[in-house]
Parts: sequence; structure tokens; C-alpha cells
Amino acid sequence: MLKTPRRASRRHLAVVTLVSAAIALSACAPTDEDDSGTDSGSDTSSSSESEASAADGCTPDAMETVADGTLTIATDDPAYEPWFVDNDPTNGKGYESAVAYAVAEQLGYTQDQVSWVKVPFNKVVQPGPKDFDFDVNQVSITEARRKAVDFSSGYFDVVQTVITNKGSAIDGATSLADLADAKLGAQVGTTSYNAIVDQVQPSTDPAVFDTNDQAVQALKNGQIDGIVVDLPTAYFMTAVQLDDGVIVGQLPLPDGEPEQFGAVLAKDSPLTDCISSAVDTLREDGVLDQIGQEWLAQQGAPELS
Amino acid sequence: MRTPVDSTPSTDLLRLDRVRKSFGDHLVLREVDLSIEPGQCVVLIGASGSGKSTLLRCVNLLEVVDDGVITFEGRDITDPRVDGDEVRSRMGMVFQAYNLFPHLDVIGNVTMALRLVHGVKADEARSRGMAMLERVGLAAKAQARPDDLSGGQQQRVAIARALVANPRLMLLDEVTSALDPELVGEVLDLLTDLKSEGVTMLLNTHEMGFARDVADQVCFLHDGRIHERGRPEQVLGDPQEERTRTFLSRIRA
Amino acid sequence: MSDRVGTAWQPSEVQSERDEWRRRRTIRSAAIAAGSTLLLLGVVGGAVVSSPGWERVKETYFDWDKAVSSFPAVLEGLWLNIRVMALCAVLIVVLSLTIAIMRTIRGPVAFPLRLVGTAYVDIFRGLPLLLVIFLLGFGGPALSLSGLPTSALFWGCAALVLSYSAYVAEVFRAGIESVHPSQRLAGRSLGLTYGQTLRHVVLPQAWRRVIPPLMNDLVSLQKDSGLIAVLGVVDAIRAAQIETAIDFNYTPYVVAGFLFCCLTIPMARLTDRYARKKGYHGAGGHL
Repeated sequence: MLKTPRRASRRHLAVVTLVSAAIALSACAPTDEDDSGTDSGSDTSSSSESEASAADGCTPDAMETVADGTLTIATDDPAYEPWFVDNDPTNGKGYESAVAYAVAEQLGYTQDQVSWVKVPFNKVVQPGPKDFDFDVNQVSITEARRKAVDFSSGYFDVVQTVITNKGSAIDGATSLADLADAKLGAQVGTTSYNAIVDQVQPSTDPAVFDTNDQAVQALKNGQIDGIVVDLPTAYFMTAVQLDDGVIVGQLPLPDGEPEQFGAVLAKDSPLTDCISSAVDTLREDGVLDQIGQEWLAQQGAPELS
Repeated sequence: MRTPVDSTPSTDLLRLDRVRKSFGDHLVLREVDLSIEPGQCVVLIGASGSGKSTLLRCVNLLEVVDDGVITFEGRDITDPRVDGDEVRSRMGMVFQAYNLFPHLDVIGNVTMALRLVHGVKADEARSRGMAMLERVGLAAKAQARPDDLSGGQQQRVAIARALVANPRLMLLDEVTSALDPELVGEVLDLLTDLKSEGVTMLLNTHEMGFARDVADQVCFLHDGRIHERGRPEQVLGDPQEERTRTFLSRIRA
Repeated sequence: MSDRVGTAWQPSEVQSERDEWRRRRTIRSAAIAAGSTLLLLGVVGGAVVSSPGWERVKETYFDWDKAVSSFPAVLEGLWLNIRVMALCAVLIVVLSLTIAIMRTIRGPVAFPLRLVGTAYVDIFRGLPLLLVIFLLGFGGPALSLSGLPTSALFWGCAALVLSYSAYVAEVFRAGIESVHPSQRLAGRSLGLTYGQTLRHVVLPQAWRRVIPPLMNDLVSLQKDSGLIAVLGVVDAIRAAQIETAIDFNYTPYVVAGFLFCCLTIPMARLTDRYARKKGYHGAGGHL
């Protein structure tokens, strides 16, 4: 009887502590709370605003970059050819490196005012704040991804390509039907994976990997019959990474808009319009074509019917 | 140095010649000589730590002797080339802590050796096992688990287990020491019956009454050797050696 | 004087008072415990649900429609986890028991066996499981050893078996060494060989003792079976990841987590029940 009051008060203390902790935790609200509330309403107004300020606001002084006066660009590690050369984005070589520097120049940044960070592909397309201003890493623009991130205008038209080893079951395939029994592989969460599932629709489920490198390893081991990637990467893989790699063919373009790579920015980033207009200018001036000639001069691939 | 084995044919079932055993620095058996004829009951007495259990384990080849010869059925069983398992299958040993197999029932315990060692078929093993359990008065408990039995019952099962394969020699290591006083009697009665059936036994015990009534020979083990041996009425009733007398006086409450 | 079962015993007045007091106090304690628990849950639940972030959390992690749509894919992936676990568990028991026996064989002649056993355990407990999966999953087929399959599933399972056997071997070894030496003595004294004693006396007792820690390892294996997804096979986690990549709704992860718990929690309760039957009483009782 004598012990009970002390035990009871200790218990009450525990309850109070827990409740206070719970309240403290629930006070953590998501930081973009205000944005989500006003999302639907302000679409038109903000875009017309930024169109007006596009020309004025897209200079190193005016742009709200992550680091003042510097354009922080992200890509993956390792960064592959023909998008980058020698895994060194700063040398300006490779299609994406060249495009990135061209965009920077268009906005008024010198080469010294560009800095690079490494971010894995899988992380780039996730919602949330970013440590960079924009990312160039062969990321295709899709509606699904637009829910999580912003995209600039497309800077490259994507063609999904199937590659394999010489003499494999699908070497020499000329149509999608020939791929019906193939075990294909792709990186997780990519449009290449979607292409397999939606267009090729093989009878066996595709193998899914964290990175393209692991897919290549599996192909070398004969654990999969083929990989689906964009065309330039397909060239790189078959020419450099695989000993006996061959390109089987390109998948037919899906109906509607062709797939394009775009620069990735944080959702509702203030820089999106600046980057987009820079890319648009480069396209109109033929700079993108020039860069493409320099770095992506390949013959193309037979189209699978 | 190996003691040459006596070449004259011996009627002994078991014979120990100058057996020596130590554990590390601790010398337990110094020079033990002992002989048992078929049908005899030999009782070992001595203070705890005097080596009685060690002696039994040496006979059962559960320990390797440091020196000396143990002859069993005319064969030197301390020869390293001898198959110890085969020798052990012809002896039966019962332990102070019963050591029944808890994961088997009583009949399983009793028949295990018959099936695995003596190659007896399952049904025959079972009938022999049941007969032996009848013999010790526990046929009704054949399906019970060892944990469900009292100490005395467990020990009787242990004896049945050792006895069922008709061993030439039974070794019993303080088999009543762990029992409550009222259960000791049932075990001792069983041993007395075995003696009258002619089972050869070598046992350690503190039960002087049993030794007096049943033993053919009593050996007092002290300081690593048999200090005094002889008929029970002599060793227990009228001990010659000083130390024997001291020991016995301490036992008698 | 014998107290026959039939005669009714009536408690004395003192005893009745004690019983009454205990009864009242039990009711009061139970009421306080239940009341304060409900209150706490209510307050915490209310605080969470009314917090500003709750809507977003609910959308992202607890979206019912997304859960329903992703459920089939995740369930199919889980089926792979289950099959991998079942197959590997059997192989692990066989291999680990062998290693454990190798480590516990007595006698100088068995030294090489003990050495191999110890080396095996040291190596595979030292290597992270994911590393072994990469080494074997990608490296194994690259060796192109004739006769060995190249499938990712084969090598993934091989990695799981080799890695887990090291841990489970130690569990079995502990079990074997926990069987009292007198049991071994009893077996040998009956004439059983070393091998027969091990098989019929020691192991039956040893494995029963280590069932709780073995269950622990089995539950762990159930989850680690998902790691082979790095080799390209689609298990529940990978399936959930594919589903989340569609629209960045993370509810499929919650679905996968829920399904895993559905598997492992019954296993855990089964182990508890088995342990109680064996006599490990744990909580409960008077003191």
C-alpha cells in the first residue's frame, strides 16, 4: 500500500514524457508545406512571371543557385562515354559535358564558375531538395518523374536499343517477336525498363539491376540475354565494355512525343525556366547538333519491327 | 615399463596389474592390483577422491591408463590396438548420476545399445528390453520419459540398460549415492538379486551393509593403491591396517 | 489422519480477507494500466494525425490505392523470397551441421578437420554478406567453370548458404558442447562408437536446445534473402522499388515491410510456443 503512490507517480511521469515527445515530433512539418498548398493555383501565374523575367533573371548574379555565383552541376560516378570522357566532367569532353558547359556559357558563367558534384542516378530522380542546380545524367523526361522533380527542355532525343553478345539467342533478331523469349535486363526505375515491360513484353520477367554496370556484368556472365539502354550508351557498352557485344536494334519509338533527355532540377526550382530557355537557345542556334556531330557520330541501329 | 603379462592361464575375468593413472600433476592411481573371478562381487571402498571412479573408468576404457595392464577375458585390453568399443560392449557401466538419455523413452534407452551395437533387430530388441524392465520391476514405465521417474526408478532403468546386452562384467559407480534414503533399498535389492544370479560385479559404494552381505571381496583404496583387501567380515569387521580403521570409523555415523 | 479429496475445504476468514484484498488490487491495477495505455495511445495517435505533416506522410507512405495496385507485384516478389529461404535453410542446416561436427571432433587425428572448420567460420563470418553475394553472384559465373550454372539465383543462394552456414555452425557447436559430457560417457560405455554416440546421443539433444537461436537465424535469413536482388532477380523489395519508381509513392515499401512482418512474426510466436513447451518459462510466475 505504501509503495503504490511512488510507483504511480513514476508511471505518470513516463506518460507525460512520452506525450510531450510525441507532440514535439508532430511539430516537425515538411518544409515545403506552403508550396503544396498553393501548387494548383499558381501554375499559370508563376510561369508568366518567369517568362517575363527569363531574360533578366538568368545571369550569375540574379540566379538563386546553390552556391552564389557558381553553377553546380551533378552527374553520376562513373560518368560514361560518350556523355563524358575519362570520368572527368570538368574537361568539357563528351556530349553531356559539352552541353552542360554550353548552357553555362549561355547563362553567362565562365568555365571557372562551374563546379561538379557526384549524385547516383537513382537518387537524382527522387523527390526532395537537391545539392545541385541541375543534373545531366541521361535522365529521360517522363510525366511520372515530373511529380518529383523539374526538367529542363530536352537536349537529346532518346532511342531505346537492345544489345546482346555475339552468337546469343537474340543475336540477329529483327522484330519484337524475336525477343519474346529473351531474358532482358535494365536498370531499375529507368525508361529502358519500362520499354521492356511495355513494348517488348517478353514472356520472362526482366532482370532488374541497381546500375547499368551490374547489368553489363550479368550479360557478360550469360545470366541475361540482352540489355536495353539508350543508343549512345549501347555503342559504348558494345564497343568498350563487352568483349563480344553487338547491337541488335532499336525499339520503335512509342506513339506521341519522342523520349528526350532533360536536365533535372529540384521540383519547382527557380532555375528551371532559365536552364530550359538556355537549352532552347542552343537547339535553335544549332549548337546541340554541332555537339552531337562531335561526340555522337554513329551510324544508328536497325529498327526492330 | 610394461609389466610382463602372467603367462599362466588365469581363471580371472578381470585383472589389473600395477595400473597407474594421473591427471596432469595429480596422481590418482599409483599401483593398483586387482583380480575378479567370474561370478564374484568385488566392492571398492575409500575416501572421495581416492580414485574409485577413475579405476572403474579405466577398466571401462573411458580413460587411458598411464601404465600397467588390464586383462579382461584373458586379453590385454590396454593394448592400443584393441577396439575399445568392442570391449565396452561386453561390459556394462552404471553411473552415479544415472545418465539416461533424456530424449528417448525408457524402452528406447534400454534397447539402444542392442540395436546399434549388438545388431539385434528392432522387435527382438524390444522384447528383450521389456523382459529386462520386468526384471527390474519397471515394465509399466516403458513409455515414460526419464524425467518423469524417481531417482530410484531411473537408476534401475540405468541398470537394465547396462544389463540387457548380457555383459560379462558390470561396473557400478556409487549407484546409490545420489538417491534419497528410502529409494536406496530398491536398488540394493536389485543388485543383491543380480549377485545371486551370478553376474560379475565391480562396484564402488558407501553402503557398508550391502558390502558386508553381498560382497565376496572388499578392497580399500587409499593413496592410489589397494591398501587392504579381503573378505568383507575381515576388512569391515576387523581391519588390519590403521588407515582402514580410521576410514571406517569416519563412515560409521 | 487422511484428508480425502471429497471433503470440502473452506478458507478461513483471514484467507478470505486476503483473497478479497488481492482481487480488488488486481482489478484496480489492471484498470489503471488499461486506462493509461488507451489514454497514451489516444493522445499520441491524435497528435500524430493532427500534425501538419500527416497528410503528406499518409499520401506518401499509406496510400491505400497504391497499396492495392502494387500488392500483386510485391506478393509475387515475396514468393521468390520464400522459396529462396526454404531452399537455403535446408542447405544451411546440412552444411553448418557438418562444419560444427568438424569443429568438435576430438583427437589429434582430426586436427586438419578442426582447422578447416575454424577457417571456414572465421572467413565467412568476417565477410559481409553483400560482399559475398557480389563476389559469387558476379564473379562466380565470370570464372566460367564448366558444369556450374550461371544463373543469378543459383549463385545468390550459394552466397547465402555459405555465409549463413558460418553463423549457424557456431550455434550448433554451442548446442553440441552444451550436452553434458556424461551423456557421451554413457553412450561410449554402452559400446557405441564415437560416431554413433554423436548421432544418437549428442545431436538429438543438441539440436533441440538450439532451436530458439536457430529460429532467430531463420527469421534473419528470411529478410536477407532479399539481398540477392542486386544480382538482378526481382524479389519483394525490388518489386516494391520498381513500383515506387512509377510515381514516387513509397507505399509499396510499406506493403513489402508489412508482408515480411506477416511472415516473420508467426515464426517468432511459434518459436516461443515451442520453447515454452520445452520448459523455458521466462516471464510469468509469482516472483
